[in-house]
Amino acid sequence: MTDATVQGGAPAPRGSIHSIDARTAKRNRAEKRFRTYGKIAIGIGLFFLVVLFASIIRSGAPAFTRTVVDVPFTLTQTQYEEAEGTLFKTKAYSDFFIAALDNQLREQGVEAEFDADTIERLLGKVGSTIREYYRANENQLGEEVSFSLATSSRVDGYLTGRVTRESMTDSRFLMAADLDLVDRLVEGEIITSEFNWPFITGADSGVDNPGGAGIGASVVGSFFMMLVVLFLSLPIGVAASIYLEEFAVQNRFTDLIEVNISNLAAVPSIVFGILGLAVFIQFMHLPQSAPLVGGLVLTLMTLPTIIISTRASLKAVPPSIREAALGIGASKMQTVFHHVLPLAMPGILTGTIIGLAQALGETAPLLLIGMVGFVARGYPDGFLQGFVEPNSAMPAQIYTWAARADVAFYDKAWGGIIILLIFLMIMNIVAVVLRRRFERRW
Amino acid sequence: MPVFWLILIVLAIAAAGFVVGRSRALSSAEGDARKLHSLPSFYGNNVVIKAIVPAFLVMIVWLLAQPLVVASSVSGLIPESAIPDNSSRGLVMAEVRRAADGLDAAVASGGMTEDFARNARADFNDVTERLQEAGAIVTSQVTQPVLRAAQRFRVLNATGKTLMSGAVIALSILGALWGIRETKAEFRARNTVETSIRMLLIAAASIAILTTVGIVLSLVFNTVEFFRLYPASDFFFGTTWSPSFSGRGGSSELGVLPLLWGTFYISIVALLVAVPIGLFSAIYLSEYASSRVRSVAKPMLEVLAGIPTIVYGLFALLTVGPLLLSVFGPNGLGWMQAGTAVMTAGLVMGIMLIPFVSSLSDDIINAVPQSMRDGSYGLGATQSETIRQVVLPAALPGIVGAILLASSRAIGETMIVVLGAGAAAKLDLNPFEAMTTVTAKIVSQLTGDADFASPEALVAFALGMTLFVITLGLNVFALYIVRKYREQYE
Repeated sequence: MTDATVQGGAPAPRGSIHSIDARTAKRNRAEKRFRTYGKIAIGIGLFFLVVLFASIIRSGAPAFTRTVVDVPFTLTQTQYEEAEGTLFKTKAYSDFFIAALDNQLREQGVEAEFDADTIERLLGKVGSTIREYYRANENQLGEEVSFSLATSSRVDGYLTGRVTRESMTDSRFLMAADLDLVDRLVEGEIITSEFNWPFITGADSGVDNPGGAGIGASVVGSFFMMLVVLFLSLPIGVAASIYLEEFAVQNRFTDLIEVNISNLAAVPSIVFGILGLAVFIQFMHLPQSAPLVGGLVLTLMTLPTIIISTRASLKAVPPSIREAALGIGASKMQTVFHHVLPLAMPGILTGTIIGLAQALGETAPLLLIGMVGFVARGYPDGFLQGFVEPNSAMPAQIYTWAARADVAFYDKAWGGIIILLIFLMIMNIVAVVLRRRFERRW
Repeated sequence: MPVFWLILIVLAIAAAGFVVGRSRALSSAEGDARKLHSLPSFYGNNVVIKAIVPAFLVMIVWLLAQPLVVASSVSGLIPESAIPDNSSRGLVMAEVRRAADGLDAAVASGGMTEDFARNARADFNDVTERLQEAGAIVTSQVTQPVLRAAQRFRVLNATGKTLMSGAVIALSILGALWGIRETKAEFRARNTVETSIRMLLIAAASIAILTTVGIVLSLVFNTVEFFRLYPASDFFFGTTWSPSFSGRGGSSELGVLPLLWGTFYISIVALLVAVPIGLFSAIYLSEYASSRVRSVAKPMLEVLAGIPTIVYGLFALLTVGPLLLSVFGPNGLGWMQAGTAVMTAGLVMGIMLIPFVSSLSDDIINAVPQSMRDGSYGLGATQSETIRQVVLPAALPGIVGAILLASSRAIGETMIVVLGAGAAAKLDLNPFEAMTTVTAKIVSQLTGDADFASPEALVAFALGMTLFVITLGLNVFALYIVRKYREQYE
């Protein structure tokens, strides 16, 4: 017999096992708290995501509509000659337009008072637009022509609620009294909203005309940059990965390369901008603001990403494939290029697309090589010029708009972000589909 | 001849070489491929490599060297007397380049004949006016030495280009001929081709080294130049940052401390947001969440990582800034003067870093072996006790590494601070005050109008060097910690 049974010293349990003692309850509460922290953290993260997207969509949507004033307009031969005879020709045209607009309003049964200055603030220089039209198309004289004139961005803002009567101050751009006319025009259904195609296809307009600014030219700039990135970083990245993964022996040189790649992946993007400025522009005198230079800088930046993902997909090809190829007499090079590389290709392409998407959204290096502040007023003249002519790129264009003092450009910046995100989304979806469709598991 | 066409010509020569090489190999074996040492296409590829590689190498080297050679030879044409007192040779050379570009533009637009552009003299002809008519940016009257240098510059560049085209095409043809000549049935084409491909692969891999060397050299040269103009001690220990905008004035104070302080302050705010949220998300996702929740929540969080930083910058400037201002601004608590502040930038940067912290920590937590958790459960620990006392300590080195990597990201982030943090360099403790960072100042110093030779522009390279050293140090330190303290599991 042992002491334990003799003394029977263990204290009797103070309660039933069905009731939870204080200590266990505390531990359970701590468990629950800890779990809640996790849920809260995820909730906050997702909340930020939702807020971010909500604010992008809410603020960006106005960029995609524009308001136009539709006025049917007839100019007779005599009126034309009369107007061309006066000293202030555009003034004469503008007067004709005002008369036509007045008529139109009266037909709709709306009363409104306005003068030429109001029209200029709302619609810009109407007279010269009309004059240019008739000088180019004299055969339209006497015919009824419907002019769709875009209103100034402030009128857009008023109609979408960004500009209110309370918040605005009278300026040379828009006066409170002008808004009365806008209200009348809305009443008479002369102002209508339409999809803002010029925003998507147009070029930047310069500081004083937010309404006419478009992102099209910078999309083209980005496209040329991505071409450069694709055609340089894919072959170089794949070649480097093949060497490191399939041929390299462990020595100082390959160690050095490995260390360099992992460090370059973590170097801040602005440092690549400094490199581009110093090497490509200061030293090699390549043209500033050119998509070629932007593409070169972004290539150097994307290379580590592509190398890392390519190596991962090369590693995923099982050794049995290589052994089989070597076994039937293929050389090492033939094994890699005929068997391993094709099998790794889906993974490589996925990694490349994701790398390109990253490069497409990158802004900081572009600031330093002069892609910001440059007003891309038009499209490049041809394919080859597209690489060397100064142009902007999407993120750089968005930054340029965000940095301008005029609030009306903020809408454009948000709208540009929506377009940029659509491109990124498409690229990422393509990458995911590629991976789902072609990825092999061994 | 544009480089693009040159490349096409070389490629065409190579394509022709492939066909010739292949058929020559076959005919030397009397059409019986079994008598060849290698497959017929290897003989073709041998010719292709010999036609392309040396030609392109020469072209790249030529393109790199020509600007240097031309610049140094033209620079010798400018007499000391032609350099104004407050100027430098570099500035005059920039003027020469502009004039040369202007002459090109004028010839292209028909404003001048080629002959006039070559022989005009600034003291007799109306060169400046004609250049301006052609849309060239000519700042002042073009002087005779500058014009002479510009003309020389054009001539040298033009001859250089012609010579290069000739040399590249000749080399390509010679290479192709050499390849074709050695094509015989017993020639070991496969070995030759494979060795050259291997060389090309090594060259591609070395580009990573070249990039690093390029970064370091471009930073070091310009930084040294900067320290020649501005004392290093004032840069590292100065507490005021106020560059003068006049250019060559000696009145700039370029102390880096306020910028570093701004950088660290914003990064700390960002980490205070990102680390708790990211870490707890990672713990919840890897330890508690069902696989369905995980498969939805994890990619959604990672969307945050795929959003370009310009979007975050705009979000900070136009959404978060005004929001904070309405709470802490003059109409609220009165702590904040403007929407751009440390808090704005820090908060948004924190959001950006959440997925970075969470996915790195997630991987690390998942790497802790299940047996350790099972052991802990077996001793009666609850799940949260297991996580806090077993899993997290085991994953700690990895998590610290992740946080260090995140902070190196935060320090190097540019767009959010350019748009969200303000422009004033201050040493202040109030997080609602506008401050600025190293990256923001690199952008503002290099995108302004200051000329490249002034300390106001060169300081950006010194700032870049500082940034590079700090982020590199953090990355190396992070890797070191992860390697040194990593627990080795079977």
